[in-house]
Amino acid sequence: MTDIATRASRVVASPGGRRRLNGGGPRAGTIVAFVIPFFLPFVLFYLVPVGYALWQSVRVVRRTGGQYGTSYTTFGGFEQYGKVFQNDEFWSSVGRIGLFGIVQVPVMLFVALTIALLLDTPLLRLKSVFRITAFMPYAVPGVIAAIMWSYLYSPQLSPVVDLLNGIGLHPDFLGPGAVLWSAANISTWLWTGYNMLIMFSALQSIPQELYEAAKLDGASNWTIAWQIKVPIIAPSIVLTTVFSIIGTLQLYAEPAVLRQISSNISSTFTPNMLAYAVASGNNYQQAAAISVVIAVITFVLSFGFMRLTSKRAGL
Amino acid sequence: MSNPSINRESQVSRTAAMALMLLLAIYFLLPIYFLIVAATKPQGDLAATNGLTFSHFNLFENLRVLFTRSDGIFGRWALNTVIYAVLGAAVGTLISALCGYALAKFRFRGREFLFSVILGGVLVPTTALALPLFLLFSATGIVNTYFAVFLPSIVSPFGVYLARIFANAAVPQELLESARLDGAGEFRTFFSVAFKLMTPSLVTIFLFQFVAIWNNFFLPMVMLQKESLFPITLGLYEWNGQTARAPLLQESVITGSLVSIVPVIILFILLQRFWRTGLAAGSLK
Repeated sequence: MTDIATRASRVVASPGGRRRLNGGGPRAGTIVAFVIPFFLPFVLFYLVPVGYALWQSVRVVRRTGGQYGTSYTTFGGFEQYGKVFQNDEFWSSVGRIGLFGIVQVPVMLFVALTIALLLDTPLLRLKSVFRITAFMPYAVPGVIAAIMWSYLYSPQLSPVVDLLNGIGLHPDFLGPGAVLWSAANISTWLWTGYNMLIMFSALQSIPQELYEAAKLDGASNWTIAWQIKVPIIAPSIVLTTVFSIIGTLQLYAEPAVLRQISSNISSTFTPNMLAYAVASGNNYQQAAAISVVIAVITFVLSFGFMRLTSKRAGL
Repeated sequence: MSNPSINRESQVSRTAAMALMLLLAIYFLLPIYFLIVAATKPQGDLAATNGLTFSHFNLFENLRVLFTRSDGIFGRWALNTVIYAVLGAAVGTLISALCGYALAKFRFRGREFLFSVILGGVLVPTTALALPLFLLFSATGIVNTYFAVFLPSIVSPFGVYLARIFANAAVPQELLESARLDGAGEFRTFFSVAFKLMTPSLVTIFLFQFVAIWNNFFLPMVMLQKESLFPITLGLYEWNGQTARAPLLQESVITGSLVSIVPVIILFILLQRFWRTGLAAGSLK
């Protein structure tokens, strides 16, 4: 460290240092060498596939001379998109995921916010234990979380079902009406702690002096939390909402695992499952169009939400 | 202390807060506790005994069966997961750090444009990339190899975004100038000066990317048919799908799930302070 400090002081003193600060900087070749190890894979594995999906989505397969003719691929304009919008399975998967998101995202974020606010008050003991406990599910991949919960939903194995049967309730977590909410519970379990930690980090960066005046005026912890803290960390809440919207639209692993034990989840349960099912049937152009539509819906919802909230906050 | 009514009120809120947190803690721990209990039981006891109480302790036998099943394929999956998630995140962190550092510390034309393009990548859902990547990789013969999962996994636009913020915050410009004055090349400066100063933030970037790869189920599922290339998640998913026909697999799915999450949970607890720096930085903008 002393070595660094002496060098730093030397540069302040030396006129040469000032010259480099004004004009210099590394040569173009050096900059490229720093940027290219990331940028080349980024182009190959991010930008090219996006372009390729867009291109595929405007292609169609046609046949010469009826059903037994040879097939060829040609430009089809928006034909694939037309098919997406006429596909009932597409709309029901979007409707399902929309319902899921409208309920699950607010519930999860409300719980996350409650935990974050509680951890930021003097009311609790064992705070770090609770913080780590809530965050722990984030270490579990969606597939394994879904496997764990599917045992807790299973009528044969679940201690939870046993318990509820014991008090006269007879839940069917995998039934046609409940299975969507069983999947929603897995997402909530997985992501509440992560979102809580984003909000908690934001709360920690608020200077304590801000509350002092309110405390002197006799404001309760409740008032301070909802009237002062929540408005200040609003940007973090917006961020977690946007992340959650993106995550919800990508849902795949959890329903795919539940499908292994419940006949009430179809192979086209979520938009992503539909895209995969269509691609498995070798209809790549249609699958590409579905993927593009999902990505566009994601963009529109995320940006729309950000615009909406920043307008309301007068930013 | 002087006002007993306020004191009583705060006692009530204290109890209520503690009760609520305890309930939530039970919710978060329940599936993990269930998994631990289930992993210690013989297959026959899974349905026959209460899921929340220990019965005959059979963990070591379960582990032996898990690691010897199908010629020890589970060990192979674990090794593959390390290659994809640990090695992939390490390589990804290094290239993100180089790029983020250049975006923070070098001035060049098109810098902001480049950064915007990369930032746009944060919003691209990774599942939307998997299917077109599959087609591109099929055409080039990469599909069904280690590279099919490894190469796309090393790219993390979010990592570059974090690296840029961290480089700006952690590496003073004067230090770089002095290293340059001493005649060090840019790469030597990066590795000998900047890298050390950025190390805590690089751990954060590594953790984020590790979780992203560890969680990404869709990409390996689309890319891989050969069982010997599977990561643990895909392998357990396949086993789980066979339990209807081969019920004895159930115990291995449970034990395998426990074996794979325990090291990650321990790693998370040990490194938890790095999460908070990262999440705070991530929510700044």
